Amino acid sequence: MSKIRLALSLATASLWYRRRILALVCLTLTLSVTLLLGIQYLRTEIRHSFTSTITGTDLIVGARSGQLNLMLYTVFHIGDATNNIRWSTYQQLEQDQRVDWAIPISLGDSYRGYRVVSTNDRFLTKFQYGNDQSLAMAQGQWFTNLFDVVLGAGVARQLNHRMGDEIVLSHGGGRTSFSNHTDLPFRVSGVLDATGTPVDQAVYISLEAMEAMHVGWESGVAIPGRTLSADKAGTRSFTPDAITAAFLGLKNPILTFQLQRELSQFRQEPLSAILPGVALSELWRMMGQFEKALLGISVFVVATSLIGLIAVLLTIQAQRQREVAVLRAVGASSGLIASLYTIECVVLALSASLLAVLLGAGAISGLSPWLLEHYGIQISLRALNQNEWLLLASVPLAALLISLLPAWGHWKKNRRLGFGGNGAI
Amino acid sequence: MSIETAQYESAPLAIETRQLRFRWPGQSHALAFPDIRLRRGEHLFLHGPSGTGKSTLLSILAGMMLPETGTVTMLGEDLTAHSAGARDRFRAHHLGVIFQQFNLVPYLSALANVTLPCRLSARRRGKTLPDMETAGAELLQQLAIPETIWHKGVTEMSIGQQQRVAAARALIGTPEIILADEPTSALDTDNRDRFLDVLLPLAEQRRCSVVFVSHDRSLAHHFHQQLALGSDT
Repeated sequence: MSKIRLALSLATASLWYRRRILALVCLTLTLSVTLLLGIQYLRTEIRHSFTSTITGTDLIVGARSGQLNLMLYTVFHIGDATNNIRWSTYQQLEQDQRVDWAIPISLGDSYRGYRVVSTNDRFLTKFQYGNDQSLAMAQGQWFTNLFDVVLGAGVARQLNHRMGDEIVLSHGGGRTSFSNHTDLPFRVSGVLDATGTPVDQAVYISLEAMEAMHVGWESGVAIPGRTLSADKAGTRSFTPDAITAAFLGLKNPILTFQLQRELSQFRQEPLSAILPGVALSELWRMMGQFEKALLGISVFVVATSLIGLIAVLLTIQAQRQREVAVLRAVGASSGLIASLYTIECVVLALSASLLAVLLGAGAISGLSPWLLEHYGIQISLRALNQNEWLLLASVPLAALLISLLPAWGHWKKNRRLGFGGNGAI
Repeated sequence: MSIETAQYESAPLAIETRQLRFRWPGQSHALAFPDIRLRRGEHLFLHGPSGTGKSTLLSILAGMMLPETGTVTMLGEDLTAHSAGARDRFRAHHLGVIFQQFNLVPYLSALANVTLPCRLSARRRGKTLPDMETAGAELLQQLAIPETIWHKGVTEMSIGQQQRVAAARALIGTPEIILADEPTSALDTDNRDRFLDVLLPLAEQRRCSVVFVSHDRSLAHHFHQQLALGSDT
């Protein structure tokens, strides 16, 4: 026991004595461990954020297609719908006993590269993301007039729009469209709160407005004289013939699979119903490869700084021959000397790990509001999970292993070194 | 043998070596050492030119190296039969060692350097009264180390002071044997005399046997016995 106390107190004194050079080593190690831990942490966070892009929705229903395709165009606004579903089908879904709520969405137009999503006010109240968070308005209000438009947070930020701005939507997708709905400009009535999901990257109008805009566009381009003016449109009421897809929330989620099966055998038209959680996981499996490469790189960074640590330890060891000779002469065993090397190395690695956790936590809590605001990435501070603890613990463990190198070197040399270590002949 | 030795004739043997030979790895020529018989409390002066194995002999006596042939009996124990760990423990309990220079652990204070053997050996701690700090302070005082630097780092001390702190460390806890490897060769004449004048009486007081290695034969008159190395190898 007293041997352990002695080893600890000698190691502490020795670390303090060499604090300048060791502080630099510790800093290098801290930064690389922060990188390693940070990447692992972000991996988990981004995966979590990705797989909770849409929550609370039990089924997404659209025209017959694969689940990834349906997911991509309804939630991520990537690619185009294979087909529409009839309005009557939507109404049937809405009235189904098992369905709690249904959000209709209709896609097709764009605004300067951002998708136009036409929907109703249930999108604001029922759509959920993350940990079952609902959407909220950052400014203004959800659309009430026919030609009101609500902007996602990302769109408002990128294009620097304010409340009351007039904007002109384009027909079809894409950043540069040749046909614009110039005769029916929209007015910005509100901006949504940032969510860190694709919701931020779209603009929202009512289903009726979508219909009104496309009167006279049946052939794909505006036919002069058949389109509506804003005044005329205001006096008519519009009911869509078809929508792109619907998000469904069920009263009892147990019935999800039953309804999904029924919908894929729907008689009136070919439908697909997907479980968003399953589709998201599948999508992540495809996209998640790069993060493994990133983690691999950061492992190499840590390995590099551990090699740097070995280099410094071996250099210091060369300077320590006399001190070791003194300790040996007063009766310290080779084991005690080796334990000094080991303790010092592990203490360094432990402090680097601790500093890395503090640094990481500070960086995340400091940067997360900024990241959400400027990049729409939502990262929150949480306790480390098991994998991250294991990764963190591997650093002192690796340090323990590499400290055996000078310890072993000492033991080997010591077998044939008497007082010679002191520089005497 | 001088008259002073007479009082030790009845004392038990502290060190007895027989036909020690040592060969460095890769060398064809083995070093042969004259036999040593040193009683408790006796002081031995070992001298000889460089390369005759003075330090090697001390390393063997300290149990840090094993001879090729021959036996070392220290305080009645056959050191050559002990394991490396047992020799380390024997050294901690029974030996005080002083080197030519760089005797101190650079990151410990003077007092902590002095008490180091007591932290490695409960036996030596047990022999300090009332405790190791007091005993260490007392020794530092006897060896004329100013109290202002007892708790300071040892790197700023003069070499003379460092050697006296090393002497205090060798004496603390009253080990039976002190091995000194040219402890005065880095000192000027004044410091050398001062060192011997404090070390030897303190060792005498405590009945410590001393093996003192030096190439400076003018010091020989301070010791009860002297032995020349290299004359018959």
